[in-house]
Amino acid sequence: MAFVTLHNVTYQYPLTQSPALQEINLKINEGEFLAVVGPNGAGKSTLCYALAGFVPHFFKGELTGEITVDGKKSSEATLDEWVMNVGLAFQNPFNQISGAKFTVFEELAFGLENIGIPREEMKVRVEEAMALTGIRELADRSPYSLSGGQQQRVALTSILVMKPKLLVLDEPTSQMDPIGTREVFSVVRKMAEEGMTVVMVEHKVEWIANFADRVMALKDGRMVLEGKPNEVLTSDMLAENGFGISRYTSTAREAKKRGLWKKENLPVTLDEAVEGFAK
Amino acid sequence: MNIEITNLRFTYPTGLEALKGINLTINSGEQVAIVGQNGAGKTTLVRHFNGLLKPTSGTIFIGEWETTKFSVAKLASRVGYVFQNPDDQLFSRDVLTEVTFGPRNLGYEKAKIEELVQRALSLTELTDKTDTNPYDLSPTWRKMIALASIIAMDTPIVIFDEPTTGQDAVNVARIANVIAELRNEGKTVITITHDIDFCAENFERVVALSNGQVLLDGPAREVLGQEKVLAQTYVDPPQLTRLGKRLGLKETVTRQEEFLRAIE
Repeated sequence: MAFVTLHNVTYQYPLTQSPALQEINLKINEGEFLAVVGPNGAGKSTLCYALAGFVPHFFKGELTGEITVDGKKSSEATLDEWVMNVGLAFQNPFNQISGAKFTVFEELAFGLENIGIPREEMKVRVEEAMALTGIRELADRSPYSLSGGQQQRVALTSILVMKPKLLVLDEPTSQMDPIGTREVFSVVRKMAEEGMTVVMVEHKVEWIANFADRVMALKDGRMVLEGKPNEVLTSDMLAENGFGISRYTSTAREAKKRGLWKKENLPVTLDEAVEGFAK
Repeated sequence: MNIEITNLRFTYPTGLEALKGINLTINSGEQVAIVGQNGAGKTTLVRHFNGLLKPTSGTIFIGEWETTKFSVAKLASRVGYVFQNPDDQLFSRDVLTEVTFGPRNLGYEKAKIEELVQRALSLTELTDKTDTNPYDLSPTWRKMIALASIIAMDTPIVIFDEPTTGQDAVNVARIANVIAELRNEGKTVITITHDIDFCAENFERVVALSNGQVLLDGPAREVLGQEKVLAQTYVDPPQLTRLGKRLGLKETVTRQEEFLRAIE
């Protein structure tokens, strides 16, 4: 039995002309790390909102089909029941910060306060979460005094501290340097190993190929491909449809035309490229 | 119109010294990428070029103008600055008004304003969206509006702060196209970016900042090949540069054609 199931999910925002998601069918296993790729406007953020219950509970509009997480149907749950299981980090970390707290530490405790976790346990959980994402030194800073990359780390931590069963991340590394990106992917991988189910929207395909279990590709609200990272990310269809692709893939594709790439599969990662190009 | 930076130091009111003695000359018509880790001082540096920040010590000249002696409004005729977050920049009710605002403020003739606005809109592919409210469009398009409203000012120097963040491949290509067009017109383009492959493909000169100082400065190929030094400021070389190194290629390659020629 899959942990997350989307069955024929179609969704349209209020006052819009066409659906943002169309007939999405998807199963995700417990502890699986699924990456979602697609051009701007493909429906990636809407998919995140749907998994987190904001669509349709908060944004209204019309959702048909059914989303199930851990045996519970989204249509039958209220938003406050749903958020006990599912945590979402927004694309823009600025939108995540409550505005009600003076320090990062308090900000991280905010969610726990709201669900009535005892004070002592709150402190322990916040400390643990900060250690996990390496933001201990930001604890006493104001959430608004942070750089974009630092805000993204705080936003991720504020979700991890809630220990959701399903973690949904919308471009969590967009403002980060390579070290920050590596740390986020490592933490997320670790969470998945420990049984957390992860859905991550990301443009950085080389990182996806190194860390994710599976990739789905969205375009114009439809799932156009789904499968193992290397298979999906090297598909000709992606290159022809405005998806981001690794330079290793595009260069090897060109090299193949000139007889300089001999292998059947194209590479996504550095190691795959080295292996294929080495004499 | 050159940018001449001498012994630039800047300390924020909080006591954080963000720039610790920068010396840099950017020549008229150069395409320069500024790279470096979060907190290296990239944005602090470029905000000195249009006078948003004034040096704690040292000098910056834009042509013969010293930035401390001119207002931000005056400097705006020489330096256009596209914010990292378009929402920090956009305020008008529709795209046309937004893009017209800058050139009108600079006091160009009516015909010239129209020409500049049309060119900016067509370069950014916004021509069919002129009546739309920027906030009814996606963040992707808002980024293009932010670009258009600065390009329309026709300044000799244009600064982009992280133009490719959150943009898909199609839009990154659009932005690269805008930069190429500005280069053809002889403008100076300075871009802050974490997207090192984009940097390698679109810029001739790269400046790497680390901890408020210039770590490396030179032709893109030379700078981006120095993996160990770049690691000090958390910058990975471009994908093809790393691949070339791993394959033991003698010269540093940054772009696809160079790479393919080198392995042939």
